Formats: sequence, C-alpha cells, structure tokens
Amino acid sequence: MNELDTPARARRERILRVALPLLALLLGGLVWHLVVKVNDIPPYVLPGPGLVANTLVTDWPILWQSLLVTLTTTFQGLLLALVGGVGLAILFNQSRLVEYSLYPYAVVLQVTPIVAIAPLLLIYLPQHLAVLACAWIVAFFPVLANTTLGLNSVDHNLRDLFHLCGATRAQVLFRLKLPSALPFMLEGLKIAGGLSLIGAVVAEIAAGSAGAGSGLAYRIAESGYRLNIPRMFAALLLLSLAGIVIFFALSLFSHVMLRRWHESAVERES
Amino acid sequence: MTTTAGAPAIVTLRGVEKVFADGTQAIARLDLDVRAGEFLTLLGPSGCGKSTALRLMAALSDATRGTVSWPGGGAAHGEIGFVFQEPTLMPWTTVAGNVALPLRLKGAPTAEITARVEKVLEQVGLAGFAAAYPRQLSGGMKMRVSIARALVTTPRLLLMDEPFAALDEITRFKLNNDLMALASGLGMTVVFVTHSVFESVFLSQRIVVMTPRPGRVFAELAIEAPYPRGDAFRTSPEYAAYCRRASEALSTAMETRP
Repeated sequence: MNELDTPARARRERILRVALPLLALLLGGLVWHLVVKVNDIPPYVLPGPGLVANTLVTDWPILWQSLLVTLTTTFQGLLLALVGGVGLAILFNQSRLVEYSLYPYAVVLQVTPIVAIAPLLLIYLPQHLAVLACAWIVAFFPVLANTTLGLNSVDHNLRDLFHLCGATRAQVLFRLKLPSALPFMLEGLKIAGGLSLIGAVVAEIAAGSAGAGSGLAYRIAESGYRLNIPRMFAALLLLSLAGIVIFFALSLFSHVMLRRWHESAVERES
Repeated sequence: MTTTAGAPAIVTLRGVEKVFADGTQAIARLDLDVRAGEFLTLLGPSGCGKSTALRLMAALSDATRGTVSWPGGGAAHGEIGFVFQEPTLMPWTTVAGNVALPLRLKGAPTAEITARVEKVLEQVGLAGFAAAYPRQLSGGMKMRVSIARALVTTPRLLLMDEPFAALDEITRFKLNNDLMALASGLGMTVVFVTHSVFESVFLSQRIVVMTPRPGRVFAELAIEAPYPRGDAFRTSPEYAAYCRRASEALSTAMETRP
C-alpha cells in the first residue's frame, strides 16, 4: 500500500474535491464584483454578483413560477423520451423491417438543429405542445441509441440458454434483453435529462420571440428586450442549477437501480 | 455402473459435417452414439470441433450434412442441460434467480421452483448462497451455480463444454470430485468436452479422442474403474496407465492429417 492510498490522504482528497471548486467560485465572484466596482459598470451592461443575488430574491415569485413551467416541460419531455426511446428501441429490436424503415429518420431528427425546427413546430402546434415536442425530439435519441445498443449486447451463451429452455419471444425480451439493456438505458436517460432541458429552453426562446409563454427561457428573452440584465443573470443561474440537479437526480436514480449488481455501481473494497 | 456398452443410444450422430459460413470445416464425417447413463468425454486439441459437436447435439446449431437423431424420442426443451465454458449467469439476479430460470421459463409453479432450487443448490454445495449475487462469488462457485442451473430440470442429457477450463487446479480437482459424486448419484447421461487428459480419465467411462480440425473420431477408450472415484483413484497406477494411453492416443491424433 503506498502513501496515496492511506485513508487520511483519501479524506483530504475528498475535501479538496469539494472545497476547491467552492473556492474558485468565491474568487471568481470576487473578481467579477471588483471589475464591476472599479470600472463603475452600469447594471444594464453588467450587474455585479450582489445585484444578481438580490434580484434572485426580489424576483423570486416570477422566477419560481417560470422555473416550474420549464421544469414541468423538461420532465414531461424526458418521460416521453424514455417511453418513446425505449419503445422504439424494442420495436426496432423485434422487427428488422421497422428498424430499416425508421432508423434513418430518427437520425435525421437528431442531426437537424432543434433551433431550426422549433419555429416550424410553433406554427403548427399550440405553444405548450410545441415546446414539449422540442424537448422530446432532442431527448429521445440518446435513450433510443443506448437502449438499442443494450438490447443488442446480450450475452450469446445466455441467449442460447434461453433458446434451449424453449423461451418465448416475450420471455427473451423481458427476462433477458431488457435487464441486459438496463445499464445502457439509464446512461441514455442521464444524457437525455440535460438535453430535454436544452430542448425546452430552445423552444421557449423561439416561442418567446413570438410573444407568448412564461418559462425561464422566456423570462431571459423578455428581460433582454427590457434591458433587465440582472434578471437575465438570475434566470440563467436558475437554469444551470436546474440542469445540475437533473443530472445528479438521474445519476442517483441510475445508481439505485444498479447498485446491487452492475459493475459501474458496485462499490469496490480495495 | 462400470459399463454402458449395451445401453441404448439416446443421441446418435451419423456422417455429421459442419461447415461454417466462412468456409471453415469444423467437423468431418463424425459418427458417434451417446449411450443412456454413460459419462462420455470428447477429448481433443483446441479447435477440433468438440464444442461444435456439443452444440449440434443440443440443436443450437444445424449440421451441414448428416443426421443428429434422438432414437428414444425428441430432444424436448428441458431434456438437455447445458453448461458453458463461462458460468454465463445473469448478473441482475441472485443465485436462486439464476438457478430457477429454466423452471420459470417453463412456467413451473412457484412452490415447486422453490423446493427444487433449494435441493439442487444443496447438491452442488451452495446451500446458504441462494440470496447472493453472482458478482459476490468466486469463479468456482459461479461454475457451481451454472451446474445447478443445468441440473434443476433433471435433464436426460447433460452437456458440458469445458466448464472448468478457466479455473485453477485446486478448484478444478474439487469440482471434478463433486461432479463425479453428482453424476454417479443421479445416473444421468453426461457428454463432457475437455482438452485435459487427466480430467477426462478421472471423470469418464468412455473417452472419444478427436482429430484436429476438421474433427472426427480418432480413437475410443473405455475407463473401467468403478464409480464413484475419488482421490485414491487419482493417485493410483491404474489412473496413470489410463492417462498414458489417452495421452498417446491424443498425440497420435494430433499428427493425423485429414
């Protein structure tokens, strides 16, 4: 056992992992504050961190409402992405014909920038649905791609074993393929969480410029027109926090689902 | 039960050839009878088509030419137990869940499943490990789970594809001893594939030595020593003599060219 592995050292490492980013944040905030103070920059150009924090408190009722709207869209989009992605992956896995017919279009949907699709969707769909559709379009692909990979990565011997036991198609799917694909699926969901938020935000911005909506991204666009820069910063801060929380929540979910058996989640004793 | 020479065949291979899609000929003109109740070992160098022969018997693969037949009635599902080279366990479920799989797939009643799983786990020496997950077990224990899963349906034919090849020698001897006890106790027909001369002589009543690719039967060797065999047999001059004969047959087989 070398010096690096001692428990004390490991503990110090853990503390540093938390303390250093916080320290960097503090320093960054201080520099930001000083730059604004020393150069006497007006708040409509660049507000100081104090003013942003202050705005976060005073505008909280508006921002909180908007955050709820955006988060609702994000989670609906994510849920639909999970259902749609897994559903399509299963369909593709069961029928080669369907896979060949539809997979290219799933890719097309994925590679076309969502910013370009959003205005079009807003013409045809009611606003809430258009935003939801955008969130879904960007979020479903990683779930689809990862689940497909998972369904195709089944151990060959296990497949033979199921065949030997006379397993039906449904038994192979539910008892073998889906459990094998679960770690892949959860990894796709983790990526989809962040993307769903991005899709919702993009659509809200597009909708915002059309003059309707009340999500956080809409608040950012609206504040921009009104030169309410502190509120823009406050809303942006909330959006990043929401993204971080979504990522950690999905990571935790994945860990809980896999902790009993999958290598990625099992804690090793050294 | 020292000889099963007169016993009826349960699987018969006649003129079997297997050519893979890439043109590799794995098996050429293989004639083989598996007799009811015997412990038969296919012994041969790596890549001689032993595993392919096993897969043909299990109908996991189709012969290119020739016939694989079951004279006493078809190879219905559940009549064959298969133990792969790797333990091949489902990591997402417990030992009990893995062993119960063949019964669950057949839709057996829960009470029956519980009872049979408990019994077979005891037979392979894993009582008390039912709730463990595969990743918590050693290589030898995983292989025991795999054997338990193959035995849980009390199959007519147990096919084992180099099951102990990846294990250390101590574990291997222990598993050989336990498999010997199980085989003589259950009176089941076993076809065992290995490239280890020592393992084949210790376990089997009949050894079929195969030639390198394309594989066919080169020689047959009957091991007359009575069951159950133990460590005493493993250290006996009789065992050494059999090993020498099997070894000689194997090295001559290696030199034959098709």
